[in-house]
Amino acid sequence: MSKKTAAATASGGEHAVSRKDLTRAQWVWKEMKTNKTGYFMVAPFMIIFLVFTVIPVILSIFLSFTSFNMLQPPKFLFLDNYIRLFLDDDIFITAIKNTLIFAAITGPTSYLLSLLVAWFINELSPRVRAIVTLIFYAPSIGGNVYLIWGTLFSSDAQGWVNGWLLNMGLINEPILWFFNANYVMPLCIVVALWTSLGTSFLSFIAGLQGIDKSYYEAAAVDGIKNRWQELWYVTLPVMKPMLMFGAVLAITGSFGFGGIVTALCGFPSVDYSAWTITHHLDDYGGQRWETGYASAIAVILFAMQLGANMLIQKLLSKVGQ
Amino acid sequence: MSKKLRTRKHQVVLNRSVGGDAGITFFLVIMGAFMFLPLLYVVLQALKPLDELWMFPPRFYVINPTLQNFGDLFSLMSDSWVPFSRYIFNTVFISVVGTAGNLLLGSMAAYALSKLKFPGRDFMFNLIVKSLMFTSTVTGIATFITMSLLHWVDTYFAVIVPAFGSTLGLYLMKQFMESSVPDATLESARLDGASEFYTFWVIAMPMVKPGWLTMIVYSFNGLWNSGASIYIYSEQLKTLNYAIGQITAGGIARAGASAAATVVMMAVPIIVFVVTQSNIIETMGSSGMKD
Repeated sequence: MSKKTAAATASGGEHAVSRKDLTRAQWVWKEMKTNKTGYFMVAPFMIIFLVFTVIPVILSIFLSFTSFNMLQPPKFLFLDNYIRLFLDDDIFITAIKNTLIFAAITGPTSYLLSLLVAWFINELSPRVRAIVTLIFYAPSIGGNVYLIWGTLFSSDAQGWVNGWLLNMGLINEPILWFFNANYVMPLCIVVALWTSLGTSFLSFIAGLQGIDKSYYEAAAVDGIKNRWQELWYVTLPVMKPMLMFGAVLAITGSFGFGGIVTALCGFPSVDYSAWTITHHLDDYGGQRWETGYASAIAVILFAMQLGANMLIQKLLSKVGQ
Repeated sequence: MSKKLRTRKHQVVLNRSVGGDAGITFFLVIMGAFMFLPLLYVVLQALKPLDELWMFPPRFYVINPTLQNFGDLFSLMSDSWVPFSRYIFNTVFISVVGTAGNLLLGSMAAYALSKLKFPGRDFMFNLIVKSLMFTSTVTGIATFITMSLLHWVDTYFAVIVPAFGSTLGLYLMKQFMESSVPDATLESARLDGASEFYTFWVIAMPMVKPGWLTMIVYSFNGLWNSGASIYIYSEQLKTLNYAIGQITAGGIARAGASAAATVVMMAVPIIVFVVTQSNIIETMGSSGMKD
């Protein structure tokens, strides 16, 4: 929507002065004065939002072109940080690779899982549905409860999985699950999926509940044969806004993955086997205080998350068109 | 052409095959077990006496359940560096103040963004939606610089004030207000001479109870689970989650107490969700994104 039409819509069209008598700037200024209550009401929130979200993004982009250690004033480097990241930092390349693998697996899987489970439980009775919802949702809100996976897959014989494998004679000595480069990624992906039925899951449940039953009856009359056709031709198109909202949360979460790895595999994970961009950022920003370099990492993560989101939004907006 | 219609509880069930129902049930049971068993295992671990924690082969179930681990957790708490009640106070204080601020500022902004018209409104909401598209780790470093400039590093402000500006709750509230507060009601209040603030607080807010319950739950859960913050150094300002992390970091000797701590920490958000579930789902009914 162009700015002109935005201003025109905002007018409400009940003013004595005609739109034509004013320049665009005058018109906008008049609109701003008549609607100043609106600005008062958004101001407290927007100021905090600007100071702690918008300005930090801009500041990060600026700092990413500098060398800065928080003590001396920043020194302008132009693209040196980015060149160093991509040409001179093997661990960063590992981080990008791991982040993309995590995102490509956990993003779509958690999204489909949320949708499928929400769809499957949609026809259960309300009481049963509430209980099933709780079971699937609980891991995502239970704080540090995912640490139990560290106990289940503990590296010693007391770990439940190792204990059973030893007892059944399948292995001779305990496997160092979270400390063995071969198992770290798959296990972390499983744990990530375990905690991933969150807000988008609830959104899908609500979206499915809100669909008018008469759509399905009409579809049945029109020759929809089974529930899969029903899903594709009726349910998904109606739920499109929820699908877009859920996709945003799934993508953001899957690219920002890192906390679970640190908690279960240590920092860094063995041989950097599950080292993600978030970890690289923590390392340079929180431990080495190379703020300029860390800002470049943050900007890349920001660009990846925003880019992936915009791309998927564009694709999803084509569904059912 | 007459098709035989299946019924379930006297209602016609459309296009459902028995095989499909069986397959779905099977999938749900397997997935449900995958989700539920680890949760159950934490609770069982917390109830195990010492000898059962070290049994070989390890058992899933507990034979002689005991509350000893919760007692141990309590006594471990009592010899922490700063009084343990301080950590509890910090977490409760941060959670309550942060949630209240987010609710007040967020719902006021949500009202203006959904029900008032002014230049720049759509742009602001667009920015808020964009903020859902990246994680807060991205802004961590720059926020640290901002905090230093404000002299907020190592104060409660550093944790509480950014929580006021958390955007997911505001987004949900804005969408919910848009769909469940009729413009006509607001318009008639305005015609009666009500101020915009009065209309927001007395007319609109009571109509969106599920919305603010959802905001409260989201904000509270986030703050309740907050652990070590890069903006906080002083032991006296650290949170319960951090302190419990320190206890459980004591290694294998504290496996029981650690499981008990996890149970305590996860119980609060889960109970909060159980109580508010129907309201949250109702709010989510309008969570969709329009393009």
